[in-house]
Amino acid sequence: MGKTFAEKILAVKSGQDEVSVGQIVDVSPDATLSHDNTAAISKIFESIGVEKIWDPAKPVIVLDHCVPAATEKYASNHKTIREFVARQGIGNFHDINAGVCHQVLAEQGHALPGRLILGSDSHTTSYGALGAFAAGIGRSEMAVIFATGTLWLRVPETLKLQLEGPLPDGVEPKDVVLRLVGELGADGALYRAVEYTGSVVEEMSVGGRMTLCNMAAEMGAKIGYVAPDKKTARWLEKRKRADYEVVISDEDAEFEQVLRFDMEGLAPQVAKPHTVDNVCGVDEVAGTKIQQALVGTCTNGRLEDLESAARILSGKKVHRDVRLLVFPASMEVYREALDTGVIGRLVDAGAVIMNPGCGPCLGAHEGALAPGEVCLSTANRNFKGRMGCREAEVYLASPLTVAASAVQGEITDPREFL
Amino acid sequence: MVLRGRVWKYGDDVNTDVIFPGKYTYTITDPKEMAAHALEDLDPDFAGSVKAGDLVVAGRNFGCGSSREQAATCLKEAGVGAVIAESFSRIYFRNAINQGMPAIQFKDASQYIESGEEITVDLGKGEITCKAGTFNFPPLSEFMMGILEDGGLVPHTKKVLRKSST
Ligand code: SF4
Repeated sequence: MGKTFAEKILAVKSGQDEVSVGQIVDVSPDATLSHDNTAAISKIFESIGVEKIWDPAKPVIVLDHCVPAATEKYASNHKTIREFVARQGIGNFHDINAGVCHQVLAEQGHALPGRLILGSDSHTTSYGALGAFAAGIGRSEMAVIFATGTLWLRVPETLKLQLEGPLPDGVEPKDVVLRLVGELGADGALYRAVEYTGSVVEEMSVGGRMTLCNMAAEMGAKIGYVAPDKKTARWLEKRKRADYEVVISDEDAEFEQVLRFDMEGLAPQVAKPHTVDNVCGVDEVAGTKIQQALVGTCTNGRLEDLESAARILSGKKVHRDVRLLVFPASMEVYREALDTGVIGRLVDAGAVIMNPGCGPCLGAHEGALAPGEVCLSTANRNFKGRMGCREAEVYLASPLTVAASAVQGEITDPREFL
Repeated sequence: MVLRGRVWKYGDDVNTDVIFPGKYTYTITDPKEMAAHALEDLDPDFAGSVKAGDLVVAGRNFGCGSSREQAATCLKEAGVGAVIAESFSRIYFRNAINQGMPAIQFKDASQYIESGEEITVDLGKGEITCKAGTFNFPPLSEFMMGILEDGGLVPHTKKVLRKSST
């Protein structure tokens, strides 16, 4: 019997010949990710009573959740992290000028096929797009890894999603994954490894695959995964920190379930308040007035997402009742968007360009909402209070849909603009 | 471990943002203060009236969303003895156990347990007794009970490190 990607990689990382679904294994990660929560992690780490972290080359730390610091409290938090990084000699530290942690870790070449990455952030699943086994964990767990180098994981079942296309014009990776979350539900892939396959995934850019794997978390998955191909290799060519070995599922591996989705007739999708699986076609909510529109976050802040927004906004103006905020996912994205003129086109349309980072995604700062306001965002979550205000509403959609809606002042099918 | 307490009952997909709002994740560091905001965006009455030993009962996918550990810490600090749900998001499940708060998967939780009633939970036996009767749930593995008995992952790790150094 063959093995799944998840079984193979957890066997290697736990030093065993083979492991099977349900087994609990002790693993040592190739890299870890933490962000502004490193301050809290460092305190827990220090309470354990170990002086030095297990390996200063392994952690990647990115300040992104509230950058630059909004208040004295956030500033002190960042200071604690900088001091911890210096004390421990951690090399892979990215200060407030880098971008959203997931984009930065990937761009910096830490996310490689066959690697095991554990991050104290639920969207650590994103790196599955590059063929890594990448799962989210909690803060205490990260502190324990810092102290001991190991953590327990349960070997997950694998759910294979076969996505067949082609995707129609005006329909983006975000629409695909919203459709899947809507169909399978917020717990549709609970504890499972989600492996995305099929022609839609093959045709998709690495950035689009990151959107899919990012939102695997929204179905409760432990990891998202796309088998590496030529596109992956090309994307990694200049970025990779080390050589890597591609690990893929055997053809005769035992998948818990294989589900096929036909995406050929897919329309742009929208997640309505206040759960991510509350998904409908854009026509059902078209006409809903919005006061804020957001393009960015670890889900959709890459160059291609900004390009999608610019494709709609070029030569047009953001509606006078709407604030359009654009957050490039990283400094690299920002720089490229400047060089290619994308930023200029967005600015001309009336967008506010913000610094790379999480922005208002988690409601900590920048672009908060007032009671009764509606925001249409390219982010991955729309929970009540998520953007800082319990009486505001957040809808989620693709960059194209967000841009078209920003122009119209209400939720709009972007295909009307193409 | 046997727990007895009054039930606070909620529905499916109770997410980490309504358990502990994101806007506090970096501004509140004191666990006691976290407790004061527990479930704030779901049930504003909770934090003010919860008593030590009370139990939270919920439907499917409790704790979905963010990996924030405060969503477990705030309930534990508020005095919650355990969360009993039909299923948990995986990170929440880990965080709860790691904070030393039992997370119990009981597939008929919503059906049999009522809000406000006193129930008894026997962790070792995997048994819940409520007005509707006595029911079984899959007991936690020995490994997880070990973490709970030590009071959470951090004290557990300290103990293991102490043992290995002697
Ligand atoms: S952009 Fe939003 S979802 Fe992504 S890491 Fe930042 S806060 Fe989390």
